[in-house]
Parts: sequence; structure tokens; C-alpha cells
Amino acid sequence: MYVAVKGGERAIDNAHKLLADARRGDRAVPEISLDQIDNQLALAVDRVMSEGSLYDRELAALAIKQARGDLIEAIFLLRAYRTTLPRFGASEPLETGSMDIRRRVSATFKDLPGGQVLGPTFDYTHRLLDHALADGGEIEEPATASADGARFRSVAELLADDGLIEGDEAPAGEVGDLTREPLSFPAGRDLRLQNLARGDEGFLLALGYSTQRGFGRTHPFAGEIRYGSVDVEFFAEDAGFTVPLGTIFMTECQMVNQFAGSATRAPCFTRGYGLVFGQSERKAMAMALVDRSLRARELGEETGSPAQDEEFVLSHSDNVQATGFVEHLKLPHYVDFQSELGLLRKLQAEFHAANPQIDTPKDSAMQDAAE
Amino acid sequence: MNNLSPFAAHPREGGGPEVKKQDLDSRFRGNERSMDPAYESQAAFRALMDCTARPGELRKLRGVSAPAPFAPATAALIQSLADYETPLWLDAAFAAEKKVADWIRFHCGAPIVREPGEAAFALIADAAAMPPLAQFSQGTAEYPDRSTTLLVQIESFAGTPFTLRGPGIKASREFAASPLPADFAVRMKENRALFPRGVDLVLVAGNDIAALPRSVAVEAR
Amino acid sequence: MSAPVYNFAYLDEQTKRMIRRAILKAIAIPGYQVPFASREMPMPYGWGTGGVQVTASILGPDDTLKVIDQGSDDTTNAVSIRKFFVKTAGVETTTRTEDATVIQTRHRIPETALTENQVLVYQVPIPEPLRFLEPRETETRRMHALSEYGLMHVKLYEDIARHGHIATTYAYPVEVGGRYVMDPSPIPKFDNPKLSDSAALQLFGAGREKRIYAIPPYTKVKSLDFEDHPFEPYRHDAACELCGATHSYLDEVITDDKGGRMFVCSDTDFCEQRRAEGHAHVPDQNEAVHG
Repeated sequence: MYVAVKGGERAIDNAHKLLADARRGDRAVPEISLDQIDNQLALAVDRVMSEGSLYDRELAALAIKQARGDLIEAIFLLRAYRTTLPRFGASEPLETGSMDIRRRVSATFKDLPGGQVLGPTFDYTHRLLDHALADGGEIEEPATASADGARFRSVAELLADDGLIEGDEAPAGEVGDLTREPLSFPAGRDLRLQNLARGDEGFLLALGYSTQRGFGRTHPFAGEIRYGSVDVEFFAEDAGFTVPLGTIFMTECQMVNQFAGSATRAPCFTRGYGLVFGQSERKAMAMALVDRSLRARELGEETGSPAQDEEFVLSHSDNVQATGFVEHLKLPHYVDFQSELGLLRKLQAEFHAANPQIDTPKDSAMQDAAE
Repeated sequence: MNNLSPFAAHPREGGGPEVKKQDLDSRFRGNERSMDPAYESQAAFRALMDCTARPGELRKLRGVSAPAPFAPATAALIQSLADYETPLWLDAAFAAEKKVADWIRFHCGAPIVREPGEAAFALIADAAAMPPLAQFSQGTAEYPDRSTTLLVQIESFAGTPFTLRGPGIKASREFAASPLPADFAVRMKENRALFPRGVDLVLVAGNDIAALPRSVAVEAR
Repeated sequence: MSAPVYNFAYLDEQTKRMIRRAILKAIAIPGYQVPFASREMPMPYGWGTGGVQVTASILGPDDTLKVIDQGSDDTTNAVSIRKFFVKTAGVETTTRTEDATVIQTRHRIPETALTENQVLVYQVPIPEPLRFLEPRETETRRMHALSEYGLMHVKLYEDIARHGHIATTYAYPVEVGGRYVMDPSPIPKFDNPKLSDSAALQLFGAGREKRIYAIPPYTKVKSLDFEDHPFEPYRHDAACELCGATHSYLDEVITDDKGGRMFVCSDTDFCEQRRAEGHAHVPDQNEAVHG
């Protein structure tokens, strides 16, 4: 005899205990520390901070540990914490031009003031599994040089000196924040960039890639990619002056794209912009490609490709939203399914009443069984 | 952690309840200290929510004392609903008292605007002299929610009688309030005609409130 | 590391104010979807974050909360959300519909008639009734602004042409107060008549889609239909095999791997109370077909 099932609460508790057990794994293996995650899985921490929209390495490391290395789950944990924090306002615009450079490359010039600075990069490594790494061991001290506080002028600035690239003055008025005010369309570039900066790396990567393959070509050149630390400052209304909040690491990509011009303005290069927490060139570059694509209408270009479709891109870039909704299909839906089942049976009954010569599925199943 | 923020020691706003249950998670224990603000603003909001859902029905609030001409319920509602994201407009009677603006700034940090059309909330102490409803933001056809809510202080829920009909009202409801402009029913009719655009009204007498959202049909009796 | 501290009912006061303002507008404009800056919640999008944000914003210390999913208090997601509010707000909870002041639901309206002292909060996955006909928000917003709902009727009529019936069985669109066409969330259309003229306030929260909407009490809610094809609520041709109810929504339970099945009330509280009152299933011959 069927009785309505009880015990959901105990089942959940037990599932969570199993999760904690699986998270810890074999107790004979030393437990991973947040410092280890922060130091040795630093790029995972960077991604979680970026898409989690919260610059806090320790919390991001905790989220990664709690999420068993599932980065989207970790991003979710961080976001759910971030959203409960009071908001005091927006920082002063970051001066990425004054970045303390760790890496800086340009694909558009062979050399430029400050030079090409490769820094810590996977570029030019041979992707051969390194068995030496499996056992650990001493790592040689790297060669370093001091930048002596030099200011590396960006490639875009150099092009702008000659009037070869469009300006990028900050628009007037307060900068938007889609975490405080729901996105409406058309969205300003400030909100688009915020959305992309929080957006899923894989989604932006695929969209950026699609523009390179002809779905809304933008003829991009990696004008400059730089990674390093910048100061964050905040104007305190009550104190009446700007206070330094600290230093954060960022990756910035300035993409230089094909021309725009008009009857009243000479043609010049256009820009696509990417900026993310930590070191993630893939994300910053993809973001810059998509930013540029989303400017198609503004620049009077033909539209119609997925990466140019603002509503499509901005509505589907958030992996926390996407994963939640995709995975919600795991939740029970049996009430609605019952409704569908009822209608389907009714339609079938009507069909068979109208077509008595056609066997019902039950009949044919029995025949199959008999054969 | 949070070495980035100079505000780490900033107290969280609100606070919470005296916990009833032993199994309240320790992370939420921080709420045991100052209890009141989160509860008070929930109570004020909930009363207004009930009133909005049942136009013309009265609810009594635990008012908040604030400088004249604030009625205690107006102050409680403003504290529970307004903040730096909601511009306020003050009628002449409110604007004349400097303490009013100071109180608003201190308690909710809401900007005070000159143009009634820019306000999320309008505070009206002199109901009989209230400006035409059309001067406030009516929202747009696509975003009718981008409209002003008027908090109108009256002397009592007695006097001029009206009949109310519409969503939230089973058949009809008798309602009375005074003082109000002589053509109040006509103004409300014009407001109703704009639906889904239009403004929403909250009437306040001392600690008592009632709501007349834009969906209500007001008839003079 | 300073341990994170959270506010009463999880959300900070500033967020609650924003959501409360949206709720008030939603009630004032019945059926209109008010955009709100939905927050990340500690449960995934699509799992009730909209409903949870609405509940967290209206809930007070004196409330008694009931949470159901598929009509049942004991489905895993209902248990999880109920525990969330016990943990973060310390409110009393109940499974008895009539004892609750706030009921959060996914996919059902309780069978027991609601009262004026109750608020029903729906979890909504896709709030836009026109979304599957027109994917663009810019377009659907314009259509609502102009009350341009012809597309919806065309869709329903195509169903009739193809199947002989309107083939929408849940999330069946309604018109609220003679103005906005609204998605009632994926409740089975069996529940649609309960939307209309309810004594309780009904609030709808869509977290991922960032919308809140409402049906005030005593508001006419009409399921869309045609003169020659009037709306028909779904009816089961069976009775609950536990309490014998013939007027409730039934879940079909597969009892063995030989096609055996039975029907039981989806609303577990309703079914339990009926059994406590002595109602029971009286088998009749017709039901042999249900095995």
C-alpha cells in the first residue's frame, strides 16, 4: 500500500553529510588549506573573484574549497555572500594607465615605450605534462627587474595622440550597477561592461570566437593586454576627500578594431574593452571582442549575429543564473507533468475513437510481446 | 580578510529578532543585538502592504516620533521604505521646517528634490492644498511602476464620505477622510483613467493609515 | 577571517526596502510585472529565489510559514526552503494550510480555501506569459503597454486547430482585473479558478528574471479562452486512494513495474486532514482501470 512519502528532511541532512564526507575525501590525504588554494590555484581564485564580483582572495579560496573545485558553484557562493554586503558607493575610476605592470604585451607594435613584458604566462610553453611537477621540488628563483614606477602609456593612448582611434571619455552621470537596478534594454555601455565582466568565461569565449569566424566580424587587433596591480580609491562623502582602499590585481585588454567614421568625422579605429580581476587574459580578450560586437548598432554596422544581439548576450551571460535554471529541472515537476499526461491521454483516446482501425499502443505492445 | 575595505567594522544595518528557535544558525546570531529596526520596518511595511491590497482599509502603525509636521505613521513609513535610491518631494508645509530635511537625511539618506515629477515619494502635510496629481510622475506605459507614491497627511478618517470599488475590495467599501481637496473624487477618477499609469496614495492620520492605489475607483457619496 | 554575519531573514534592510517598494507597486498595478534588482540568494536561481526574496521581505517574527512544492510540504525543495527560514528568521512553521500566515508555493495552490489573513507567495520561473511567443523583452514590454495580446490568442487557437483542445495544461495564461495578461506560474490549470476572487493576497516572485507581480484579494482573474472553446479546468476521473477526495488535484503514483498505478492527493496537508476526519477511499469497479 502506498503511503505519502515522509522523511525529506532526513534525506537532505544525510545527503549533506555525504557531501561533506566526499568533499574531505580520503582522511589519510592532508587537507588542503586556503593558502594553498590561493597560492597554487591562483587563477581559479582569480576567476571566482571576477565572476563572483568580489575581490577577496581568501573568501574565494574558501568558496573553491567548499565547492570541491566546482568554480561555478564557488562563484555562486561568493555572489550569495556579496549580495548581503552594504553598498557604500562606487570607487573612483581605476587608473589602469598607472598600473604596476607584471605583464604587458601588444600585438600591434613590434616594440613600444616600456617594451613587451612577458611576465608569468603560459604563452610559448610546450603543453607537455610535466611529471617533475607531480613530486614537487625546488623551484628556481625567477629573474625580475624593477619598473622603477615607470608609467607605461597604453597603445590606445599612443594611437589617440595621432587621432587614429576614437576617444573613450567616461559618459556623464552616475555609473550604473545592475546588481542594484535590474537591467533594461537598450542598456548603456557601463551596464554592458559590468554584465560582461561578471559573465561566464566560457560563454564570452564562444561568443568572441564566433565574431572571429564571421558571425559579426570586427577585425580585431590585440592593441594591448596588461596585467598588474592598481590602486583603488574611494571618495568619502563624509570626510570630503579620497581615501585609498588598497591594491588589486587586474587584467585589461584594449582591442583595436576596424574603422568607423562619418560624413563629418574622419575614419578612425574603434575600441573593444575588457577588464577583469586577477589574471585572465582569455576572459579579458573575449570580453573586449564581445563589447565591440555589442557596439554594432551604435557604430551603424549591420547587425544580426548572436554576439551583436544585446538582449541575447546580456540575458544569458550570467553562469549563476544559467546553472540555477538549467539545474532546476532536477526539482520535482510531477504536478505539471500530470497535467500533460492527462491531456495526452485525452488526445490519444480521441484519436483512437476516431481511428478505430489503428491499434492502440497497448495492443501493439502486447502483440510485440506475443511475437 | 576584507583588507580592501575600510568599512569592515561598519555596523550592519537593521539587526534582527530575539531568536525563537534553538536551531537558528550561529551565523545569524549577529542579529541578537539591536533588535528593533528590522522588526519595526517590517511591521510598518506589512501594514502598508495590507492596506494597498485592501484599499480603504485602516491599519494602525507603531509610529515614530519625528519633527513637525511629520505624523508618526508617515515617519515610520518613510523610515521603512525610503533610502538613498528614492528621491523625496516635500510640500510647502514640510519644506518650511528645516528639521524635516535633517531628519530625513539622518534617518534614511534620501535625496530631497524640487520637482515633484522626480520623486519616488511625496510628503504632503497640507492635504487640502495638495498639488494636482498630474504634477507627479505617472510612470510610462511600458514602466507604469516608475511613478510617485504620495503620503498625504489628513486629520481623520471621518468626514467626506466616498465609496470605493476595485481590486482588493469585495463589492464595495465605504470610506471617509478629511480634509481633502473638494474635487478629490474627480482627481482620483482622472488618475484611475490613466491606469496602468498613475500615482498611488497613502493617507495618514496620526498612527493610522489607509491606501488608495491607482487601481481604486473613488466615488463621492 | 571575520565570519560572515547575516540579517534577519537573510536579506539586508536596504534590499528589503527595494523589494518592498516593488511589492507595493505590484499590488497597485495588478498583473503587471515590476522589475526589481533581484539578489543572489544562497540557493540556485530557478529553485525559488524569487519567492524566497518576496517571503524574506514580508516575513515578520509573528508569522507562521508554510512551504509547499508540488502541493507537498515534504518534497526536498520545500523542506530546504522551510529550513532556510527557520535558520535565518527563526519563524514558526506549519504544514497546516489554515495555520499559516504566509505560504510559499511552487506549482500548486492549496485545496483549502485561503483567508484574508494569509499571503500566498508563488515561485515563478518565467514570469512573461508572452515569452515563448516572443523571446524579446523589448517586444513583450511594448505588447503589454499596448494591451496587444492577439498573439496569445493566436497561439491558443492554433492549439485548437491542431489538437481540438487548448494544449496548455499548466502555466495557463490569465487576464488580471481586465488589463494585464499574466503567467500564474506553472500551476496546473486545475488551480486557475482559485486565482480569482481569492480572499488572500497573492504575490509572485521571479528571481532569475527579476520580476515581482501580484493579484490583490478579490480581483477578477480570467483564464484566457474562446466563446466556442471555454476554459475547462482539468478533472481527474479518479478519486484519491488515500482519502477518497474526488475534487482535489491528484498525483499519479506508479506502484510497481507492471503498469500498476494509483492516484493520491497532491496537497498532502489536505489529504491528511481528510483522513484525520475519517474520510477514506471507497473502491468502486471503475477504478480497476487504474490498476
